[in-house]
Amino acid sequence: MNNDEYKDVELNHLTSQFTLNRREFVKLLGGGIVIFFTIGDSSVLLAQRQQRGYPADFNAYLRIGEDGRVACFTGKIEMGQGVITSLAQMAAEELNVSLGSVDMVMGDTELCPWDMGTFGSRTTPVFGPVLRAAAAEAKAVLIELATEHLQIPKSRLQAEDGVVFDKNQRENQVTYAQLAKGKIIERRMDEKPALKAKSEFTVIGKPVLRRDALEKVTGEAKFTGDIRLPGMLYARILRPPAHGASLKSVDVSEAEIIEGIQVVRENDFIAVLHEYPDEAEKALEKINAQFDIPENNVNDKTIFEHLLNVAPEGNVADRGGSIEEGEKSASFIFEETYLNSYVAHAPIETHTAVVQIEGDKATVWASTQTPFSVQSSIARSLGIPSENVRVITPYVGGGFGGKTQNRQAEEAARLAKLTGKPVQVAWSRAEEFFYDTFRPAAVVKIRSGITDAGKISFWDYCVFFAGERESQQFYDIPHHVTMVSGDWGRSTTGSHPFSTGAWRAPAVNTNTFARESQIDIMASKAGIDPLEFRLKHLSDDRMRKLLDAAAEKFGWTPSKAPSGRGFGIACAKYLGTYIATMAEVDVNEQNGNVQVKRVVCAQDMGIAINPEGAKIQIEGCITMGLGYALTEEMHFKGGEILDLNFDSYKLPRFSWLPEIETVLVETGDVPPQGGGEPAIVNMGGVIANAIFDATGVRLYQLPMTPERVIEGVRRK
Amino acid sequence: MKETINFILNGKPISLDVDGERMLLWVLRTDLGLTGTKFGCGQYLCGACTVIVDKRAVRSCGYPVRNVEGREVITIEGLAGNGELHPLQKAFMEHDALQCGFCTPGMILNAYSLLLRNPHPSREEIISSMDNNLCRCGAHNRIVQAIQTASE
Ligand code: FES
Ligand code: FES
Repeated sequence: MNNDEYKDVELNHLTSQFTLNRREFVKLLGGGIVIFFTIGDSSVLLAQRQQRGYPADFNAYLRIGEDGRVACFTGKIEMGQGVITSLAQMAAEELNVSLGSVDMVMGDTELCPWDMGTFGSRTTPVFGPVLRAAAAEAKAVLIELATEHLQIPKSRLQAEDGVVFDKNQRENQVTYAQLAKGKIIERRMDEKPALKAKSEFTVIGKPVLRRDALEKVTGEAKFTGDIRLPGMLYARILRPPAHGASLKSVDVSEAEIIEGIQVVRENDFIAVLHEYPDEAEKALEKINAQFDIPENNVNDKTIFEHLLNVAPEGNVADRGGSIEEGEKSASFIFEETYLNSYVAHAPIETHTAVVQIEGDKATVWASTQTPFSVQSSIARSLGIPSENVRVITPYVGGGFGGKTQNRQAEEAARLAKLTGKPVQVAWSRAEEFFYDTFRPAAVVKIRSGITDAGKISFWDYCVFFAGERESQQFYDIPHHVTMVSGDWGRSTTGSHPFSTGAWRAPAVNTNTFARESQIDIMASKAGIDPLEFRLKHLSDDRMRKLLDAAAEKFGWTPSKAPSGRGFGIACAKYLGTYIATMAEVDVNEQNGNVQVKRVVCAQDMGIAINPEGAKIQIEGCITMGLGYALTEEMHFKGGEILDLNFDSYKLPRFSWLPEIETVLVETGDVPPQGGGEPAIVNMGGVIANAIFDATGVRLYQLPMTPERVIEGVRRK
Repeated sequence: MKETINFILNGKPISLDVDGERMLLWVLRTDLGLTGTKFGCGQYLCGACTVIVDKRAVRSCGYPVRNVEGREVITIEGLAGNGELHPLQKAFMEHDALQCGFCTPGMILNAYSLLLRNPHPSREEIISSMDNNLCRCGAHNRIVQAIQTASE
């Protein structure tokens, strides 16, 4: 990232001056033209006021420097989702500058405005419009300055590629750099300036190369683990064999004799540190420790029954009509239960952090989706004010929701304090699996019915432990209720044996798998083609259009399932984005192997800022989604995690690759929506439905492993 | 036990005093400051740590540095020659064959060794020789396309 260029900006004394005004703040940013703006509502400003020492009437800013370069400051981070490119595109578009002259300064708590974190596909829809408005405002300021400078009325001026010129006489011009030179101008954006219409776009919506690509193909890109400070020690930490285990006895004498090793102990927190990470690892292996493991009989097979037993009372998320009425008009009633296992985030970069403490200040580099929460938690654990902690976020090697938890950074801070040296903590793969906040195991129970005419008459839905998001069904069903018990993050004690949390498109993978399977079951019983059955129950034009687009690309021809063709369909909504997916599978009924041959995904995410980027995200979602659909499942015995590396925990591979086709549908002027998550949500349902279409075997549990396929074939 | 190990690293002869049993990955990343080679699993399971030793892809997380004595090692930092990106690097950029980019160095070097053995692989050959390199972001499709382009 471009943070380096800003390191010399002396922002440190900011922290002690709560009274700093905007003008002073602009000076500290290095002058030029700075536009302040506010994202979100006043609660965001309030949260920020507690975090930071600078003026509290804005929480984002954009600067045009004296060199004519544009800097966008954002607390968001880049972890592969491509916002480093799409945000820069938005600023470049509204400012009429080339994409190359925009710098993104991201995830640095000292330079960037407070931000809750990068998750939930919110960067584009929430941050995007305000950033565009600020850029438009900046352009208006530049044009104003140019009227003075060139002595030409505004109406005759035009801005292009960082230059303002006279429309009648092009050589009569002035560059943004010249206009910003020697100026300290601050503007607060109160009214939203007019944004460009879609038809005026020259940067937004045009395919561009990723801005981080060159660094990433040459090995130059810095991730947290690549940071090595003078005198830094690499730490390895003694871990329990199971969650809930307690240390009984420990002998570190064998580890201590390794040359250069430092052993640190604070109660049960024991670490070995060395200037080389592999030496620290060697020392860790020499520690002899005994643990007490509490009795806990729940495992990956019994977990579902256990969860149903401890489920908290449900809340109604949605309701309409009367289930009783619906039941009366039903000629068939379907009562099904859907399960999904715990799934790991498993980014290839494990949780990593480097902490350096100097006096009462700390600098932290962390692979995190939430730099500002790292800042406050480390401040708390070190007992220093938040503003004394600077968190810098280098490139993040994948997050998917898992890097919203930052235990590794707290560990590094603790060790930096105990040793008085800079410390790097980089988790091993086993630690990454052990301390992951898994996508929760979950259960969905659905009762539904159809009439003689093949119309869905009622829908009684209850989801346990996955979460509420998109649990409300969107088909036209006269009588329906949706109940939600438990959540993905705040699990009731005694429910999950380890931590759970948000996993790419939290709750929605589970809810979509269950809903779309149940819809297909009813379609099949009614003897109606599953696409037609869906269309029959959909009045939402956006979804109908999208299904048509997917069907056209796929070459869908109507047939009731199972047709033997192995075709599946699923559709979903995800926070404003619509997704329709069709797939073709081959099922080997002997060995249970499922090969997904083709996937067509149509997505309506409003205006796509960077269509190529959006397609990449869709492909990523489809490929990643094959994993939770087919193989990914955490095995465990009580608090003991049994899958600790990629041998038993199976990620999607090249040989699984289906042919992938994506269709982007833009309905009218729906503003841009996030695209990092939506397309993954259909993968469980679409493959389950395709397997049924191929074999007549209905699978109710994710992942659909070869064992479960064989078992299904046997049951049939 | 320290020993002197001589080898060619990215085209330049070097001599290291190092415990020969240490794994190449950590010697590259720390002693030599070449952090483009990544740690992903430590057990030959992901390929993030792939480097080239005498034209073959090896997984440096399990490869003792002693074994490079007298050999030629290429890491991602050494793939571009004379300021010119390697065709694979260009193709990865053109095809957007990366997202978070953490698996990328290993992917490119594994593909590099494939192209040395087989300059014009079929799609199937690409897939089978890349199959043990993991990418969590799901950039697979583009990676295959990039390798195809680079081999043309
Ligand atoms: S780190 Fe060497 S193969 Fe994964
Ligand atoms: S691009 Fe993220 S792991 Fe491959």
